[in-house]
Amino acid sequence: MPEPILSLNRLEAHYGDFQALYGVDLEMHEGEVLAIIGANGAGKTTLLRSVSGLMSNAAAQVVYCGTPIGALRADEIAALGIALVPEGRQLFPSLSVEENLLIGGRLNREGPWSLSAVFELFPVLKERRAYPSTALSGGQQQMVAIGRALMSNPDLILFDEISLGLAPVIIKSIYDALPGIVGDGMSAVIVEQDISKALSVSDRVYCLMEGRVSLEGPSANISREAISRAYFGVA
Amino acid sequence: MDWVNAIVQGTLLGGLYALFAAGLSLIFGVMRLVNIAHGDLIVLGAYLGLTVVMATGLHPLLALVFVVPTMAAIGYVLQRGILNKTLGDDILPPLLVTFGLSVILQNLFLEGYTADPQKMNAGVLETASVSVGGLSLGVLPLLTFAIAVAVIAGLQFIFYRTPLGRSFRAVSDNQEIAQLMGLNKRHIFGLAMALALAVTAIAGILLGIRTSFDPTAGGARLIYGFEAVIIGGLGNLWGTLIGGVILGVAQTVGAKIDPGWQLLAGHIAFLVVLAIRPNGLFPRVSG
Repeated sequence: MPEPILSLNRLEAHYGDFQALYGVDLEMHEGEVLAIIGANGAGKTTLLRSVSGLMSNAAAQVVYCGTPIGALRADEIAALGIALVPEGRQLFPSLSVEENLLIGGRLNREGPWSLSAVFELFPVLKERRAYPSTALSGGQQQMVAIGRALMSNPDLILFDEISLGLAPVIIKSIYDALPGIVGDGMSAVIVEQDISKALSVSDRVYCLMEGRVSLEGPSANISREAISRAYFGVA
Repeated sequence: MDWVNAIVQGTLLGGLYALFAAGLSLIFGVMRLVNIAHGDLIVLGAYLGLTVVMATGLHPLLALVFVVPTMAAIGYVLQRGILNKTLGDDILPPLLVTFGLSVILQNLFLEGYTADPQKMNAGVLETASVSVGGLSLGVLPLLTFAIAVAVIAGLQFIFYRTPLGRSFRAVSDNQEIAQLMGLNKRHIFGLAMALALAVTAIAGILLGIRTSFDPTAGGARLIYGFEAVIIGGLGNLWGTLIGGVILGVAQTVGAKIDPGWQLLAGHIAFLVVLAIRPNGLFPRVSG
């Protein structure tokens, strides 16, 4: 078995006195697409914030390609090849669409993604490259947010609720683009409220409940009953 | 003609005020830091210039070659060593720390250079003038204004046309997400302060050629800088230049009416703008 690309070891996270994660264990291998599901407040976003370095943890709690990164800063972790598409898109309002993408690529990591590759994936962004990022629709902003993360040519990309607040047709078009993104060996963690969407694009799924892993298994043959038990904590 | 003269002289004076203000505007724009020590840092630039001139006999404007990089280095170290530690959700710590820095700088000036007013000698440049349409314009004020325009244009270029400026704007927009792009905000802030103090060095040298200065000269420069920034609108560099010009014109026109009114007229112009347009004349169009 090769070394996992990412492993979480008894990961704990706190916001002041409030504990959001209680000893989460997780392991994923290169090229895998992992879905993380769970109710609001289960700790999904906190988990991604810990991996991306926006929250600081004990070093050994987050291990990336054999390196303990739990205590590194977010910019150091980004340089190692982990990118986050944050919840709510969070584009830079004073930067144009193209500048938002360019700043995502400032790490200059080698790989298939470039400005032209992103424009090929989302042609509408090429038309609007000079627009302020705030002038785009929600779906187009989400494309910029995804493109911005891809521009760093990450080895591991984290998607936080990329369907939140978008119209179903837009969600569909964004999810249709996903195989083209993770198809060529990039590993991905997808946090998603929409369980069937999450299961359909992922290899394996983790369900969080109140800061703990309540279920883990292959996405293809996990039963609805098991999920609702793990999701809501009721039989 | 006297009035036209007052307005033209005030406009040129406004260039100097814009230089006082540019660094302040840049720092606030990138990291929301209100630097109370800014005026004293301008005076530090003047004293460093004076030291170089005395030691080498160079013309004060040539001293810029030494003073600009020195001030930039001081800015980077100051930001990384002290000011970064004060930045956070609370706006009070940076105010208090830069206020303390202001007091420390003034006392260091007093120890090092005594309380006597000092001035840099720029030779014929100080008195040279050209006649334009019946007006006699000093070469130094003209040069100051040209430098101010060039500095603002340069900063504008850096901000909107270079990767460094993109990083400045990204960190200013959202520090957390900017970190995800691999930007170390502490370093970016250091670079912003270095750039701001490089501009401050230019302002300090021009101040020291134009007038005499002493260890307490910083306070008034801080006020002029603040007023120019606020009149022009926060975050707008060209607005800062116009703010400086409005302040300069108000002062010279006020002095024309009654010599005792010079400073008062500037402050009144500031208050009038603040009362009518609390966000300044040209606030940055929020994206």
